[in-house]
Amino acid sequence: MSYEDWFRQDRLPHIYCAGCGNGTIINCTLAAVDEMGWKKEETIFVSGIGCSSRAPGYILTDSLHTTHGRALAFATGVKMANPDLHVVVFTGDGDLAAIGGNHFIHACRRNIDLTVVCMNNQIYGMTGGQGSPTTPKGCLSSTTPYGCTEIPFDLCELATAAGANYVSRWTSYHVKELEKAVKVGLETPGFSFIEALVQCPTAFGRRNKFRQVTDHVEYLKVHSLLKAKRDRMLEAGEKIPEDMYVVGELTKRSRPAMGVKP
Amino acid sequence: MAAKLPKKGGVFIQMEDEIASMASIIGASWTGARAMTATSGPGFSLMMENIGFAAMTETPCVVVNVQRGGPSTGQPTMSAQGDMMQVRFGSHGDYAIIALCPASVQEMYELTAKAFNLADKYRVPVFLMADETVGHMREKILVPDKVERVDRKPLAADALPFKADADLIPGFGQFGTGHHVHVTGLTHDERGYPATTNPKLHADLVKRLVDKIENARYDMADYDIINPDAHKVFVAYGGPVRTVQQVMHDRKDKDIGFLRIRTVWPFPEKALAAFKNAQAFFVPELNLGQMAREIERHVKVPVVSIPKLGGELHTPAELIAALEAKR
Repeated sequence: MSYEDWFRQDRLPHIYCAGCGNGTIINCTLAAVDEMGWKKEETIFVSGIGCSSRAPGYILTDSLHTTHGRALAFATGVKMANPDLHVVVFTGDGDLAAIGGNHFIHACRRNIDLTVVCMNNQIYGMTGGQGSPTTPKGCLSSTTPYGCTEIPFDLCELATAAGANYVSRWTSYHVKELEKAVKVGLETPGFSFIEALVQCPTAFGRRNKFRQVTDHVEYLKVHSLLKAKRDRMLEAGEKIPEDMYVVGELTKRSRPAMGVKP
Repeated sequence: MAAKLPKKGGVFIQMEDEIASMASIIGASWTGARAMTATSGPGFSLMMENIGFAAMTETPCVVVNVQRGGPSTGQPTMSAQGDMMQVRFGSHGDYAIIALCPASVQEMYELTAKAFNLADKYRVPVFLMADETVGHMREKILVPDKVERVDRKPLAADALPFKADADLIPGFGQFGTGHHVHVTGLTHDERGYPATTNPKLHADLVKRLVDKIENARYDMADYDIINPDAHKVFVAYGGPVRTVQQVMHDRKDKDIGFLRIRTVWPFPEKALAAFKNAQAFFVPELNLGQMAREIERHVKVPVVSIPKLGGELHTPAELIAALEAKR
């Protein structure tokens, strides 16, 4: 694949910080879209507000950079009005799970034919490092200076419970797996949700003892627990450590969907 | 709409809230579809952020607000016109919109079609600001064989998606037609690319968004002037038009004039000047005088606001009392 074909070269340089994980996720997504053989004319990227949501602005397709949390509602309008278009949504943990939480569960419930890639950096990166609904317990942010005391959302369990047809989770370390997961998401009729845990050196890593970008990526790698292994552990009656992220294909089913290309 | 649209090849979807309704019609509009939503009161407040997005991104769309008593949940099935300033200024920042006020079922029909034409022509959200009185009215209407339709000006092959022509309106780069348009609520340049730190670019963009509507106010102005030589003149829009019509019918007095307005925003202030002998303007409204203040800005003679809250129309007697109190 040639990335140049999909990017707006005239928008460089981009806004992402050195060491940001978002570029990795955008590349994986575009690689998957390219593998699908989709044309730029028929592919629409939609996003809300935040670092992740700036992605569509760098991609050479029609794109809709909308209001905070509402990307899925805008995308629903696009897809329902013209099911021939392929609609991919970029979002983040704050955008999707906090201000946009209601739209998230309802888009899953409708099982509308969208693919949603959530770059979960577990913090509000763009606005000054405030805690988000996925900030882990004990982590420091500008609004949790003594450590986060709230229980974080498991976005994948949420998507599954709300009715999404395809759900998977990977991290910015798992590039090949992520690309493949996005492709399966794109192929699956109905709502596909791919969560990608990413490092955010500026807002998260700096406050949480990840001195190097690679330290954080290493942490994500080490704290990833393959779904198959998790299942084996459960069968064996072993306790799943709280600080592990279950990665892999978590849900794949073919419930009736809305907005599917006829 | 849920019953009729699917039969006509349209799409209806009930979104989870009014924030999402407003968002989804903007998304639908970018695929080239004509899209609308409807609400009352609190739902209108919820739509405000995305209304600003539609104004900033020049997205054609239509919103019906059947006004009820507010603030807050207020009077869900009673009449009011309390959202006339909110419709004009409710989202943050400077922008302009078009608002139409029907006073009958026939006008509800005609102005809905007109709202879509204006939205497509000017690339702006257009509001049908009805009130509960009109919303629950039952009247015979005339449906013409053919309704005039004005479509969006398409984006030329090599044109920039947000570069306006002489009419201050850019061509519309419909999604899925190969224009690769980036639509953002951020301040953007003519390519549609974010350009948030250039003071002149921001000022020019916002000025254009306002000017394209305000400068065209007489192209879209829609009002009736009755008894232009009168000394006392009613100005009304929406439900209260019906009470004024009753007064005019009962009195048959050439000295009572009537300016009835259908395009309330942008406000057609020149229409007021048609009443050259006017000694006072009387403005019955189902609010505490929202448009009366707008009228005051444009005339030198006294403006008598006749506010009414509570959910019922003024009675003809109340309007006559107001006329006679002003001697």
